[in-house]
Amino acid sequence: MIDKVISLEEAAALVPSGATVSIGGFTSQRHPTALLRALVRRGVKDLVVYCHSAGSDVDLLIGAGCVRRVEAAYLADGVFAPIAPNWRRFVEAGRLEFEDYSNAAMMARFSAGAMGLPFFPVRSMLGTDLLEKEGLPAEVRRTDPTAAPKKAAVIDCPFTGEPVVLVPAIRTDLCLLHVQRASPRGLLRIEGQEFLDVQQALAADRVIVTCEELVDDEELRREPERNRIPPFAVHAVVPVPFGAHPHSVHNYYDYDPRHLALYAEAARSDEAFRAYLDRFVFGPADHAAYLEAVGGPEHLDTLRARSGLGYNPELRRRP
Amino acid sequence: MKAAFSTFELMTVAAAREIRDGEVVFAGTGLPMLAAMLAQRTHAPGCVLVFEAGGVDPRMLHLPMSVGDSRTLTGAAMAAGLMEAFTYLLQGGRIDVGFLGGAQVDRYGNINSTALGDYLRPSVRFSGSGGAADVAALAGRTVIIARHERRRFPERVDYRTSPGWIEGGDSRARAGIRGGGPAAVVTTLGVIRFRPDTKEPYLASAHPGIPPEHVQTETGFPLDLSEAGETPPPTREELEILRTTVDPEGVFLKRH
Repeated sequence: MIDKVISLEEAAALVPSGATVSIGGFTSQRHPTALLRALVRRGVKDLVVYCHSAGSDVDLLIGAGCVRRVEAAYLADGVFAPIAPNWRRFVEAGRLEFEDYSNAAMMARFSAGAMGLPFFPVRSMLGTDLLEKEGLPAEVRRTDPTAAPKKAAVIDCPFTGEPVVLVPAIRTDLCLLHVQRASPRGLLRIEGQEFLDVQQALAADRVIVTCEELVDDEELRREPERNRIPPFAVHAVVPVPFGAHPHSVHNYYDYDPRHLALYAEAARSDEAFRAYLDRFVFGPADHAAYLEAVGGPEHLDTLRARSGLGYNPELRRRP
Repeated sequence: MKAAFSTFELMTVAAAREIRDGEVVFAGTGLPMLAAMLAQRTHAPGCVLVFEAGGVDPRMLHLPMSVGDSRTLTGAAMAAGLMEAFTYLLQGGRIDVGFLGGAQVDRYGNINSTALGDYLRPSVRFSGSGGAADVAALAGRTVIIARHERRRFPERVDYRTSPGWIEGGDSRARAGIRGGGPAAVVTTLGVIRFRPDTKEPYLASAHPGIPPEHVQTETGFPLDLSEAGETPPPTREELEILRTTVDPEGVFLKRH
């Protein structure tokens, strides 16, 4: 029996500065935020982050100065932050390398990485500036081994002659996921939408998973049709209840409107965001202390999902 | 006198009316969700919603705040992922109509949701394409929803995130894009459509109380006003459903 269970701090220590990392989830759903806060506390730098529709997960890393480059389709936090605030501020000030793709293109890039292909064709981005304009300077593309030599290429299909867009594969050092349940051996159970977690995991050398609950391997093997990532592809498992807060975890809890609104406000300036980090990332000694800082059990109970719905229908999303 | 409905409510109703019964609808965050939920509860009970994060054909009870929300899964036919939504459903040609928003919309319905000014050092950086570029290229047709101000309706967008009719005429097809294209632009002032051959824009209707000339003043490209009618106002029933069933909390309605 291979036990892959480690602590949050041990997991964060597996992510070195300069690593290429993909982060699972989608806008305000199921991001491994407890692990990301642990990375910020460690002072990780120069990460190259690949995502599709990210939210305040990647935005937190950007604002904390952990990121060298983001390759993404979208960064926003629903109605709370229609544009991820640190992302916006850093790009406008020229403080971040970035490359824009569409979501289908990012899906294709992760799929190629997962399949061991050098590229994947898509039918979108023709006639757009996503194809025409590169965010990464030629110098970076030439000298940085983490950068694809070219953003995309258009070829005529060898069979039909139609133009198709080829996008380069993504292979990352690490993929960080948060899921509902995992076994100590690294078998995962994702409930609700998978987003792109399966492809992101299989495009990575190492997968680190935080989970709401640690469960018996045999329990998950009873329904193998619901398991999509082979346990031997998973390197480490960290049980972290409320480990995606302030984001939602289907069947467990909803996103936290109070905290997302507070985050969106704080991330609008360097000074306010520094205060946010002091209060919620550097201040709390551990994840339990973080949960106290955001409101404690009484507040977290107001987020709990109702059985059969997967979210909290009573949640007030407007103040 | 206080208006009986807000501009945002009128836009939602106008957008909902673009959906036909039985269609498969790719709904993005915000007004499109309200429009699709309203259409399901009025004239198009058989329309099917698809969300890019994986929710397919839900029977939604509560308005989601984004396309990845758990609220897009209630009673759903499938909880899938981006692979299914983009590859099989959208690129596979199974989406009839997609809704798109954007910061800028130009003469030929091209949309910018990326950046204003210089791309690398923009004056304003937006969220980015998400799935919008894909929907614009691959849905059977698209409906664009936008705030109508002259600076937001330039002759050419600063960055073309999502392709409309490109440069007009047959330029969309020449770019290699199969089918699709914008059918309507529902704005805060009216509804713009495009001539079948030239793809030149014309004002199909101005909202109640808005003179067509005012729409031209607020538009940075020439707009044919010759056929402009008046956007039919929301019915009492549509407003009731919108306010009490679709968005009783005012998640999006109160923001506008």
